Amino acid sequence: MFADYSMPELMSIFAMQGFAGLSLFSIFVLMALGLAIIFGQMGVINMAHGEFMILGAYTTYLTAGLFENVMPGLYGIYFFVAMFLAFIASALLGMLVEWLMIRHLYHRPLDTLLATWGLSLILQQAYRSIFGAREVGVSLPDWMMGSIAVTDLVEIPINGLIVMVLTLVIATLVYLLMFRSGWGRQVRAVVQNRPMAEAVGIDTGKVDRITFALGCGIAGVAGAAFTMIGSTGPTSGQLYIVDTFLVVVFGGAQSLLGTIASAFTISQAQSTMEFFLSGSMAKVLTLLVVVGILMLRPQGLFALKVRR
Amino acid sequence: MKTTPSASSLMSRENLYFLVLAALLLLVFPVLLDAFRLNLVGKYLTYAFVAVGLVLCWGKGGILSLGQGVFFGLGGYCMAMFLKLEASSPEATASQSTPGIPDFMDWNQVTELPWFWQPFHSFSFTLIAVVMVPVILAFIIGVAMFKRRVGGVYFAIITQAIAAILTILIIGQQGFTGGANGITDLRTLMGWDIRSNEAKTVLYFVTSGLLLACVLLARHVLGSKLGRILVAMRDQEDRVRFSGYDVASFKVFVFCLAAALSGIGGALFTLQVGFMSPSFVGIVPSIEMVIFCAVGGRHSLLGAVYGALLVNAAKTGFSESFPELWLYAMGALFIAVVLAFPNGIAGLYQRYLMPLEKKMLGGLGKAANTRPTAAARRMEETP
Repeated sequence: MFADYSMPELMSIFAMQGFAGLSLFSIFVLMALGLAIIFGQMGVINMAHGEFMILGAYTTYLTAGLFENVMPGLYGIYFFVAMFLAFIASALLGMLVEWLMIRHLYHRPLDTLLATWGLSLILQQAYRSIFGAREVGVSLPDWMMGSIAVTDLVEIPINGLIVMVLTLVIATLVYLLMFRSGWGRQVRAVVQNRPMAEAVGIDTGKVDRITFALGCGIAGVAGAAFTMIGSTGPTSGQLYIVDTFLVVVFGGAQSLLGTIASAFTISQAQSTMEFFLSGSMAKVLTLLVVVGILMLRPQGLFALKVRR
Repeated sequence: MKTTPSASSLMSRENLYFLVLAALLLLVFPVLLDAFRLNLVGKYLTYAFVAVGLVLCWGKGGILSLGQGVFFGLGGYCMAMFLKLEASSPEATASQSTPGIPDFMDWNQVTELPWFWQPFHSFSFTLIAVVMVPVILAFIIGVAMFKRRVGGVYFAIITQAIAAILTILIIGQQGFTGGANGITDLRTLMGWDIRSNEAKTVLYFVTSGLLLACVLLARHVLGSKLGRILVAMRDQEDRVRFSGYDVASFKVFVFCLAAALSGIGGALFTLQVGFMSPSFVGIVPSIEMVIFCAVGGRHSLLGAVYGALLVNAAKTGFSESFPELWLYAMGALFIAVVLAFPNGIAGLYQRYLMPLEKKMLGGLGKAANTRPTAAARRMEETP
């Protein structure tokens, strides 16, 4: 399949597809970071994670509309406001869901899966009733449009670049929060040994609620970033949920670094193969390889040794 | 359980419930419903095969598979391939550029029947494939996962990914599988027109009969020592392993059995509905099948049948009159069944109706009857 292309062409194909893969990588990482926190740290399977992301996307859409109509002069900075609002909206909803539903199900992980699937159906239909079944998009401010030409053949879109920088910043923040802050230490203590953490005076119920809210909030930010590279529909979130779960499991559920590494591998493999094969075959092959590796190495790439 | 004297009355009670279901399926529905509604019920019953399989592997074995749609679909596609080949005889497809191959292949510039379609000219091969293709796939997945002691949540996610893979593959390989439309326009089974109302009624009775047979088979499996090992494994896997049982093999067996049941259901579905498409294979239908089982009661074989019937009837009713409300209702059903009544209809029945029933029957064998139900309830309620 490589024979039809000359060497410099091949290089630029890899570079372009690599960059296209990086946008997919950004979405995967942002969604998977939230999932890795919720699933890896709390053991809860949140099938509605995609819908939390879409909530962030719709929040961004509404904010953009507000800026456009009320203060068009400030449209250039709407995205940062929208990101913040998306985080708040998704985190609040997450907190509510945890309080109403998830906290009753911590000892039944398979049942959280079913319950959150039900939640995702309700949210999807709610989005459809409120925003309509058609996909909506935001218009990007001028400074986010266009692309940088690296060579004659390689062009890098600016919005993709911004999403990537955003991803790196958020990943770093999450790392600092989980491994360098007192609160992160509490979360990890609860994960490793719940009764002991309770015994030393950690309010595990509160830690659970905030952890869940944080994971959902990050999904909201992912949704905000998602609006920059694609349009949003009621079921857009569901398209990514299986891939994202595979990313988290493939990376090793308790390891944030593993999540990022596996998001990178999967997105790059998929995007590079997409150029040479049809899109669906690329996805089938990628998923098959991931499932195959998981069958051989169920603990994932970077397994954290946890005493069970 | 068989050795205690009171258990025999429980057994006869189970037999009674089974007879009620048989009467409902074989007498009440055919008498009360017109041909169209009866065909719909027949379609729902094919889902009940999957739900019965899920009771075995999820309710009793503790293995939640989110990929039952895969096995349902494989069974259905095997049957559809046979019917499609019969429908595309060289005479019937003479106007195509390559006569004798299915029409969608001709549209996609496929000029020769692919190798994996060839054996489906034979009806006996198809009947074997309907069961064996799902079983072989389930065996491979099961051996790979359970021998490495992967279970619970991970197993659920991986089976879900497999459902996604198969759907994308079927849609992507349009020339070989019919793509998103699926395999349509199926006409005859060995020269017998399956689209007529009489044929649909006959197929309904075949489906009901096979379903009742499968329920009996599943009951036999659960009543045996194997069934008790399954339940023990669900509750205390390590203890069963330390007692010297090969836990993985039991899990593989029950997973394969559930896959076989789903495959049979899928094949009957194709026969009754007249087509098969990837929309019955993917993630969404697979997880809906879990909810049929959960609503009926994940520990109860008969409950699963009622669950499949009720949820599907509700789905049809809602989508006919308030289509936009259906997803809300379905979502609420998922949440309610998990939070409020995890044992489903069967659990509610045991809890509220059975004591009432006993009161109405009076003191008849009162002392002997209350104890086993209390014990049974305790057994049912352990997660």
